[in-house]
Amino acid sequence: MKYNKREKALILLADGTIFYGKSIGKKGTAFGEVCFNTGTTGYQEIFTDPSYFGQLMVTTNAHIGNYGTLSEEVESNSIKISGLICKNFSFNYSRPAADDSLENFFEKNNVLAISDVDTRALVSYIRDNGAMNAVISTEVDNIEDLKKQLADVPNMNGLELASKVSTKEPYYFGNENATYKIAALDIGIKTNILRNLAKRDAYIKVFPYNSTFEELEAFKPDGYFLSNGPGDPEPLVEAQNLAKEIIKRNLPLFGICLGHQVIALANGISTYKMHHGHRGINHPVKNLITGKGEITSQNHGFAINREETENHPDIEITHLHLNDDTVAGIKMKSKNCFSVQYHPEASPGPHDSSYLFDQFIENIKNK
Amino acid sequence: MPKNKNISSVLIIGSGPIIIGQACEFDYSGSQALRSLREEGIETILINSNPATIMTDPKMADHVYLLPLNTKSIVKILKEHPQIDAVLPTMGGQTALNLCIEADEKGIWEDFGVKIIGVNIDAINITEDREKFRELMLKIGVGMAPQATATSFLKGKEIAQEFGFPLCIRASFTLGGAGASIVYNEEEFDEALTRGLEISPIHEVMIDKAMMGWKEYELELLRDKNDNVVIICTIENMDPMGIHTGDSITVAPAMTLSDSTFQKMRDMAILMMRSIGDFAGGCNVQFAVSPDEEEEIIAIEINPRVSRSSALASKATGYPIAKIAAKLAIGYHLDELENQITKSTSALFEPTLDYVIVKIPRWNFDKFEGSDRTLGLQMKAVGEVMAIGRSFQEALHKATQSLEIKRNGLGADGKGYKDYDQIIEKLTYASWDRVFVIYDAIQMGIPLSRIHEITKIDMWFLKQYEELYMLEKEISTFTIDTIDRDLLLEAKQKGYGDRQIAHMLNCLESEVYNKRDELKINRVYKLVDTCAAEFKAQTPYYYSTFENELETADGKLYSDNESVVSDKKKIIVLGSGPNRIGQGIEFDYCCVHGVLASAECGYETIMINCNPETVSTDFDIADKLYFEPVFWEHIYDIIRHEKPEGVIVQLGGQTALKLAEKLDRYGIKIIGTTYQSLDLAEDRGSFSTLLKENNIPYPEFDTAETADEALAVADKLDFPILVRPSYVLGGQGMKIVINKKELEEHVVDLLRKIPNNKLLLDHYLDGAIEAEADAICDGENVYIIGIMEHIEPCGIHSGDSNATLPPFNLGDLVLEQIKDHTKKIALALNTVGLINIQFAIKDDKVYIIEANPRASRTVPFIAKAYGEPYVNYATKIMLGDKKVTDFDFNPKLEGYAIKQPVFSFNKFPNVNKKLGPEMKSTGESILFIDSLKDDEFYNLYSRRKMYLSK
Repeated sequence: MKYNKREKALILLADGTIFYGKSIGKKGTAFGEVCFNTGTTGYQEIFTDPSYFGQLMVTTNAHIGNYGTLSEEVESNSIKISGLICKNFSFNYSRPAADDSLENFFEKNNVLAISDVDTRALVSYIRDNGAMNAVISTEVDNIEDLKKQLADVPNMNGLELASKVSTKEPYYFGNENATYKIAALDIGIKTNILRNLAKRDAYIKVFPYNSTFEELEAFKPDGYFLSNGPGDPEPLVEAQNLAKEIIKRNLPLFGICLGHQVIALANGISTYKMHHGHRGINHPVKNLITGKGEITSQNHGFAINREETENHPDIEITHLHLNDDTVAGIKMKSKNCFSVQYHPEASPGPHDSSYLFDQFIENIKNK
Repeated sequence: MPKNKNISSVLIIGSGPIIIGQACEFDYSGSQALRSLREEGIETILINSNPATIMTDPKMADHVYLLPLNTKSIVKILKEHPQIDAVLPTMGGQTALNLCIEADEKGIWEDFGVKIIGVNIDAINITEDREKFRELMLKIGVGMAPQATATSFLKGKEIAQEFGFPLCIRASFTLGGAGASIVYNEEEFDEALTRGLEISPIHEVMIDKAMMGWKEYELELLRDKNDNVVIICTIENMDPMGIHTGDSITVAPAMTLSDSTFQKMRDMAILMMRSIGDFAGGCNVQFAVSPDEEEEIIAIEINPRVSRSSALASKATGYPIAKIAAKLAIGYHLDELENQITKSTSALFEPTLDYVIVKIPRWNFDKFEGSDRTLGLQMKAVGEVMAIGRSFQEALHKATQSLEIKRNGLGADGKGYKDYDQIIEKLTYASWDRVFVIYDAIQMGIPLSRIHEITKIDMWFLKQYEELYMLEKEISTFTIDTIDRDLLLEAKQKGYGDRQIAHMLNCLESEVYNKRDELKINRVYKLVDTCAAEFKAQTPYYYSTFENELETADGKLYSDNESVVSDKKKIIVLGSGPNRIGQGIEFDYCCVHGVLASAECGYETIMINCNPETVSTDFDIADKLYFEPVFWEHIYDIIRHEKPEGVIVQLGGQTALKLAEKLDRYGIKIIGTTYQSLDLAEDRGSFSTLLKENNIPYPEFDTAETADEALAVADKLDFPILVRPSYVLGGQGMKIVINKKELEEHVVDLLRKIPNNKLLLDHYLDGAIEAEADAICDGENVYIIGIMEHIEPCGIHSGDSNATLPPFNLGDLVLEQIKDHTKKIALALNTVGLINIQFAIKDDKVYIIEANPRASRTVPFIAKAYGEPYVNYATKIMLGDKKVTDFDFNPKLEGYAIKQPVFSFNKFPNVNKKLGPEMKSTGESILFIDSLKDDEFYNLYSRRKMYLSK
C-alpha cells in the first residue's frame, strides 16, 4: 500500500456556502437536495433506498465503508442517492462475507462521493438553515459555473419522483403458494418490505406507481400495500386515487412512509415539507395504543399535518414521534386501513416495529 | 407511569475500596445516582467504606455511612433509618450486588420491609450462575460457547476431555475475571482448575471452550418498567476474544459491524435482558462474533448493573446511564424523561456518534515485580484513558498520548522496537505495549496478514495502522519548509502530535507549531451531543479535532469551532489522567472540589481530563469539560483558546504538577503555590538548604547521577540507604539497600529504566515512626488540617501503611515539632493552597522526609474523617478569594479514623507481596474506632510488632 494523495472536492449549497473536502477518486459533479442520515450502521441499505432518490446524502458516522458491500444487503438494484458526502471514507474494508469495496460499488453505479468534509458543521448548518439544493464536485476552480448549474435544479417541494424509481413492469415476490396475496404499489419500494411480507406467508405482486385499482384488483389480493418512496406526496394523484378506491371498499390497506402520506392525502389531510426531515435509525416513537416506545428507522422530508389529523373524524393517531411530536402513525376508525411514517422493515435499523407487518397480516385475516 | 409514590427513601450501596476490576467508575455512577434521586426529592442514604470518593461527601447524600460493606453495617443503618423504602444495589459493582444477595439470603431486606430496586435477586443469581444462565439462553435461542461447570477436580478433568483444548477456566462469583485463564494443555489445565476451585467462594469453576480470536462486542442497555429497552452504546474490542474486556483496547461505535449483524445482536441483547428478570435498570451484555462469513453471534455474559463499560459508554455518548438508570429504578418510563444533553428531545432514544472513541487500559506492571505481564482473561489494568477524535486514527493517537508513559503517540519518536523476533513475540503475547508494537511491525515490513494471523485483530484496524505509517513515510520526504498545508492538516487530522511531526520533518516541535499557526491549521472543538448534531445541544462537553474549512457566501473562510469563549473570568483545572497506583481517585476528588469551589468564587470553570471513570469528566461538574489528553500540546491549545486567569495544577497529582514548569515558561499563571516553590520542594539540594536555614532536621542525604557517584555517597551516609529517582509519585523505583552490592544493583537498574534521572540517596532512619501532616496555607497563616501516624514503621510507603487520624501514640513534644515544622516549611515555601509533609520520628526527634506543596492522597481521607471541606477552602485560598483566617474550622471526630490500604495481589499470583518503599496498594478504606482498645486497631498494632521484629 502507498500513501493515497487525493484531489480537492467541495459541496456548494444553494445559499452559496461551500464546505471543502476531498474526492474519493472519481471526478465529476452531482446535484440534489442535501440531507443527512445519523445511522452508524447500514450505509449500503441507505444508499440503495429508493426514498433517497434525488438527494445528496451526508452521513454523520465518522467512518463509511468499513465493512465493504454485500450484494444481498441492498434495498433496490442500484445506488439511489445522487451523491455522498462523508467524513472518512474507508478505501480498505474488512468483512469476510463482503463481495466488494464501497469505492467500487460507487464506481460501478457511477455515483460521485466526496469525503473529508466537516460533516458535523454541514449537518449543523442544515439543521439551522433547512434542507436545500446543493452540488458536490471535483471542479473546485469553477465555482461560478457550479452556481449557475445549481440554480437550475428543481426544488424538492412539489417534485414528483416516484415515477423515476418505480418498476416499469409488475413483478412478483415470494412463494406463489403462500397463504396471503398482497398487491403492493411501488412508489419507491424497499426490498426488505417485500422480504418481511414474504416471510409472513405472503405472495406479493408489485405494481408500477401509476397502476389503477382495477389492475391491482385483478391479482385478487387479500391486502393492499402502499410503499415508501422519494419526493413530495402531493403530486402523486394516481396513487391517492388508488388509495381512495381501496379505502372506499374497506379492503385491508397498509402504508409506509410515502404510502402513509398518500393515505393521509386520500383522506383530505394535507402534507408539508419539513425543515430538514428525519433520517436515521434511532428515532423514538410512542405507540399510543399500547403506551410502549419503539426505536425506529426513519427517512422522510415530508410529514402529515397533525392538527388536521387530530380533527379528522375517521382518523386516529396511533403513533407519535417523541422528539418533536409529529405524527408517526395513523389508523382509520371505520376502515381496515393503517399506516406509519417510519420504516418497520428497518434495514437499516432496529426491528422494534416489525410487529406492524404482523398486524397487517392480522388485518387481512380478520377482514 | 411516573415516579413510584411508595419510594421516598433509598439506600445506595457503594463499591468499597478501589481494586483492580472495580475502580472509580462506581464513584461516578454512584454520585450520579445520588444526584438523580435527590432531584426527585427522594431521601438518600449511602454506605461506602471508601473515603476517597466524591459520593461519600456529606453534601452528596442525606446520610452518609463510611462503614465496612457487610450485613452488620446494613442492619445498623436500617435500624437507624426505618424509613428506608428501597435499596439500589446496581451502582456499586459486583461488591454491592454480592452484599445485596447476602442481605437477602439473611432475610434482612424482608425484616425491614426494604424493596430491591434497579434489579431483582433472580436476575443477579441467574447471571452469576453460569449453568442456569446457559439453560435460559438455550431456552430463548441465544447461542453460547460450549461450556460446563465443575465442582470437583475430577468433574473438571472429564469436561476437558470432552471439549478439547484450548479452554477457558473461570472461578464462579469472582470479580474482574479473578482466577480466569486460558489453558492450552493438560498441565496448565490442572493447575488452573485447582486454583479456580480454591478461589471461588462456592468452590465452583466454569470451563468454556475458548473462542479465541472471535470478535468481541459489548452493548449497554437501559430498560424501564414499561419494558421499553434502548441500546445506549455499542463498543467493539479491538483486541478480540482471549483478552479481558477491561484489558482490551475498545472502540465506539462498533467499527466493523454491518447493520444486519448488529441488528441481530441488538435483538439478542434485548431478548436476554428481558429473559433474566422483570426489573427497570441498566444491563451490560457481551457478545462474540465469528470472524468468518457466517458472522455467528454467541452470548458471553450479561451484567444486570452499571459497570466500567457503562461509565465508558456514558462518556462516549454523553448519555448519563447511571443517572437515567436511577430514575428508571424509581418508576419513571424512558419516554417521560428528557435527553440530558439536548434538553429538548426524549431520553427514549439511542445515541448516535459522529466521532470515534478509543479506550486504552493503563497498566502498572512495574509495581508488581515478577508478575506475568501477558494479557489474558484476568483483568490486570489499574486504570484507563479515553480519547475522542473525528476518526479512529485520531482517537487512537490521542489515547496513546493520554497514557502518560513518555510516548507521543504511535511511531515517529524513535522508541519503537526494531528486532524482528522481539516484535513477533510481543505481538503474540499481548501486553501493555502491543498497541505500539503493531505500528513497529508494520514499519518493519511484517505483512498485515501475518500480524492478523498472530493477533486476530480485525484487518480494518490493521489497515488503519498501515495508513498511518504510509502517511508518516510520506511526511518524512519533506522538510518544515517544503511540507504543504494539505499534508500537514492531514497529519493533524490523523492525530499526530507536533512532536511526532517534528521528528518526521527533523525540526523542532515549536517550528511545527509555528508553521501550523501560520497556515491556520488550528484545533477546533466539537461537541459530544448524543445525536450527531441533529439537534441543538445545551451541554458544554468538548473534544478537539482538526477540520477542513468552509466558506460563507460572502467569502469568509474558516474551520468550524463549537466552543464559544465567554467573556467571564475562567479557571482551568488540570485533571490527573488515568488511574494508576499512587495516583488514583483521591486526585479526582480534589479536582472536582477545585472546580466546584472555583465556581463558588464566581469563575467559569474548565476541566481538562481524559479518564472516563471519573466524576471530574461528568459533563455536569465544570462549566466546560474538555475531554482531552493531559498532554502539553492539547492543554496549551485550550489555554490559547480560552485565555483563563490561570491554571490549577496542585489538585491533579503528579500529572498536572509536572506541567507546571512548562506553563510557567509559557507565561501562564499557575494558581496558588508558584512553580518556583513547587520546584524548590522537589529539588533536594535547595530544599535541604531551606530546612537548614529553618533549623529543621532531615536525614542525611545526597544525590547521584551514576553508580560510581552513588557508591561514593554511600561512604558518607551509612547504610541502610533509601534510593529513589526524583520527580516520581507513589515511590516508583524506591528501595532500601543495606550494602554496596545492593546499592550498585539498584542504581544500575534505575538508570536503565529511567535514564538521565537524578537519584536521591537518603540515610534511612531504621525503626523510626512515620507520620504525615496536611496543611492549608495562604502565604501568611497555616492551618494544619490533620496529622496522621502510620501504624507500620518507617520504610513502608505511606500509601501502603495503615494510619490513624489523629496520631495514636505521639507525645506532645513530638506533635509540637510536627506542627512547628509544618508551619515553618509551608511559609518558607510560600505555599498558597495545600501542602503535605512526611516525617520520620526517631528518639523523639522529628525529621523531614519530604514536602509536597500540593493536594495529597490523604486530603480526602482527612476531609471525610473530620467532616470538613478542606479542598474547597484550599481552592478559595489559592484563588485569593479567601484567607486561612476567614474560615471557621470545626473538625469533628470522636475516637480515631484508621486508613486501611487495600491490595489487588490476587491478580498477580506470582508476585512478592512484601511491602516496601514502593507503593502497591490500589485503594483504601476508612474505619472509625471509638478507642485504641478496638480489636481492629489491636490487630494492626500487633502486626506492627511483627514488622519490627523482622
